[in-house]
Amino acid sequence: MADITDQKERSFPKIEFTDSEAGALTFPSSKSRSYNYYKPAKLRATMYEDVTVDVQPDPERHLTQGWIYGFGDGPGGYPQEWTTAKSSNWHAFLDPNEEWEQSIYRNNSAVVHQVELCLKNAKRARVYDSWNGPWLKFIERNVGAWMHAENGLALHVFTSIQRSGPTNMINTAVAFNAAHKMRFAQDLALFNLDLAEADVAFEGSAHKEVWQEAPEWQPTREVVEQLTAVGDWCELLFATNIVFEQLIGSLFRTELVMQVAARNSDYITPTLVGTGENDYDRDLGYTRVLFRLLTQDEEHGAANKELFGSWLAKWVPRCQEAAHALQPIWSQAAEKPVTFATSRANATAKFVSLLEDLGLDIPKELDQ
Amino acid sequence: MSRQSLTKAHAKISELTWEPTFATPATRFGTDYTFEKAPKKDPLKQIMRSYFPMEEEKDNRVYGAMDGAIRGNMFRQVQQRWLEWQKLFLSIIPFPEISAARAMPMAIDAVPNPEIHNGLAVQMIDEVRHSTIQMNLKKLYMNNYIDPAGFDMTEKAFANNYAGTIGRQFGEGFITGDAITAANIYLTVVAETAFTNTLFVAMPDEAAANGDYLLPTVFHSVQSDESRHISNGYSILLMALADERNRPLLERDMRYAWWNNHCVVDAAIGTFIEYGTKDRRKDRESYAEMWRRWIYDDYYRSYLLPLEKYGLTIPHDLVEEAWNRIVNKDYVHRVAQFFATGWPVNYWRIDTMTDTDFEWFEEKYPGWYSKFGAWWENYNRLAYPGNNKPIAFEDVGYNYPHRCWTCMVPCLIREDTVCEKVDGQWKTYCSETCHWTDAVAFRAEYEGRETPNMGRLTGFREWETLHHDKDLADIVEDLGYVRDDGKTLIGQPHLHLDDPKKMWTLDDVRGIQFMSPNVLLNQMSDDEREKHIAEYRLNDMSKIA
Repeated sequence: MADITDQKERSFPKIEFTDSEAGALTFPSSKSRSYNYYKPAKLRATMYEDVTVDVQPDPERHLTQGWIYGFGDGPGGYPQEWTTAKSSNWHAFLDPNEEWEQSIYRNNSAVVHQVELCLKNAKRARVYDSWNGPWLKFIERNVGAWMHAENGLALHVFTSIQRSGPTNMINTAVAFNAAHKMRFAQDLALFNLDLAEADVAFEGSAHKEVWQEAPEWQPTREVVEQLTAVGDWCELLFATNIVFEQLIGSLFRTELVMQVAARNSDYITPTLVGTGENDYDRDLGYTRVLFRLLTQDEEHGAANKELFGSWLAKWVPRCQEAAHALQPIWSQAAEKPVTFATSRANATAKFVSLLEDLGLDIPKELDQ
Repeated sequence: MSRQSLTKAHAKISELTWEPTFATPATRFGTDYTFEKAPKKDPLKQIMRSYFPMEEEKDNRVYGAMDGAIRGNMFRQVQQRWLEWQKLFLSIIPFPEISAARAMPMAIDAVPNPEIHNGLAVQMIDEVRHSTIQMNLKKLYMNNYIDPAGFDMTEKAFANNYAGTIGRQFGEGFITGDAITAANIYLTVVAETAFTNTLFVAMPDEAAANGDYLLPTVFHSVQSDESRHISNGYSILLMALADERNRPLLERDMRYAWWNNHCVVDAAIGTFIEYGTKDRRKDRESYAEMWRRWIYDDYYRSYLLPLEKYGLTIPHDLVEEAWNRIVNKDYVHRVAQFFATGWPVNYWRIDTMTDTDFEWFEEKYPGWYSKFGAWWENYNRLAYPGNNKPIAFEDVGYNYPHRCWTCMVPCLIREDTVCEKVDGQWKTYCSETCHWTDAVAFRAEYEGRETPNMGRLTGFREWETLHHDKDLADIVEDLGYVRDDGKTLIGQPHLHLDDPKKMWTLDDVRGIQFMSPNVLLNQMSDDEREKHIAEYRLNDMSKIA
């Protein structure tokens, strides 16, 4: 039996009722219950604005002592000179998705649950058994190669950019873009693992050789690696989300995989790739808002348009060449409901529409 | 997901990386470290499929607690003395958090090891979580606590305040200069592994003792991510140690990072815990006792010392001196005294101290009353306007201090003050190590070796310079530290909101001229300066009061 006679007196803090609730007293500022150091876009500040705006200080706003650490070869902080694009007010950019920590976890957890349920059901129903050989090979090689591109963009493009933008709103939107890409790349890799472990003819490690050596994928890998070599963060974002994603990413995901999978008895891959499509739709949303701000900037809009034109002249041919090299994979599935020409025309039309929306001239290469 | 499945999944995910052959990734952020002989190891094995649901679950618990706090009228029992200091702390901490996110690509650039890149990118997302969840906590305080003034201007105040700038090092230091110095040694190996223990564990405990259980809810949730970040830092540190050429740089960076973290974090968190609490139980741990447990034993003895056998030169002398400053040189008490001296240019209120507080300090820090008692009694005496100026401008034997050029905490342990002409300007430093940091470590050459990637100390480092020879009322107004009646100050040297006559206004501080010690120092002749510094070193009012 426990000895209850030798118990030490416990020490714990005493609760005291202090009546420190809002409204307990009236005094100057007793009703000042909104952040007053920035002007929200609408009359009432959103949660996104309250947790994001001005967290990264700026000498052009409230930062009076300037950046207190510098690089060996230049100023520290977030210099506007880290891109050649110019804005009369970088702070005007707000993420239309209004992403902050709660939304990113809620949204991506929902995606995770959707993907897991889909893959679990696929295993239970043994759906992979009914896939034809060419389609398994298509997934093994091409979806396998594509996941490298997604992962490379996550780690070496978007993760990188979010150090360099001049405002917290830009960098945070891009950080979440990186998170989307990481999750999607990994989902494709784990799908690859499921197929490799299923009782079907699927070589789980074939993707590495395809990505690094198959001729149809080398120009795409080359563009991805060229993107990672860009130092100007704004060019990197433009070249990736405006050009590469439209001419190669959407061409592969939207115009090929999403169109042909069902005809090849595959409802699993579109579910997975659809999540990546949804991510890109959101990420294109913030990208579009940012570049629209820059092209419509009263002071710098014209110069920015010229600059973006030069970026188009640099990146469109590279992406066009990479897209063209992918043509053979349109013939690899057993069922071929779309042709490369149709897919490419669709992707190009959407790209043109995006450029028109941004007020940019259409590159002549797109006519070819 | 089972451990076996996780291992298999992680192995598959590691297949996603490749060695580029067409183009080399841009080196946006350089390092003087070399990693040619680096072993490959990913300590984290984190996959997004388990990461997102895990964090969502953690979020659900945090937001559930927040709802509960509102429904349970938590603010009826929150101590104002405590929550006022949160106006300062929560204005600072979201920036270091978001800076940690921004630091991750610097580490990725610097460490040519794809194995670890995945873990660093996950840390990036964690850090965005921490920054925004802390901003949201602050918003909840602003909405529900009796006095929202100071919370309502939080990010502006952080950016223009002397104390905000001290805290800003704990953020800018993560993202600037040599990528490994910043993103690995300063951020992860020292700040996250050592000092988040006092920031995110010790301080929330004190919050709970003061009726605030939301700070522990949010910060313990944050701290549960930190253990993964510590693994990232450790892994890169081991890689750096694998190359002999990195050893001198590691020694330099450990000395800088340890000392700067001590100067900044112990100043702030020590003050919050010791002077922000109403819990004066004699068996409640003091900050010194917490520091001994969390920093000295858990970090120094358990984490750092074992690294000695891998060749890491550990700054034993600086660890001991930090401890010496806390227990023998009254570092925290002098900082609290300085914050209270500067109350007119604060955006939070600082409570007076009572006999119960005095007794507790004397119990925990024998001799405290003889050194600080009289000053705090003067603080109490001068708390209300009408018959006196703010305490900084009354003769209570306390000279407004010089600021340390490096850590930007003033030179409060006056006998340790260093005064040197560096880069053509007379500057003061709180310690030999802070002088070494500016004059030796943050330079383009270190011990005869070129270190072009090392950062530089920049900016208007003495806050007072910006406001030199101005009227105090104009300074407060320029800073925006005025309540919505256009005259009452946000900062007050007491907690009485119920009597307008006790609240200081702009009129009460008008006519007081504010001078920058550094500007004055540079106006002196050599003889005057030498005499002044000699007197400054002796003018330790805590010993003569």
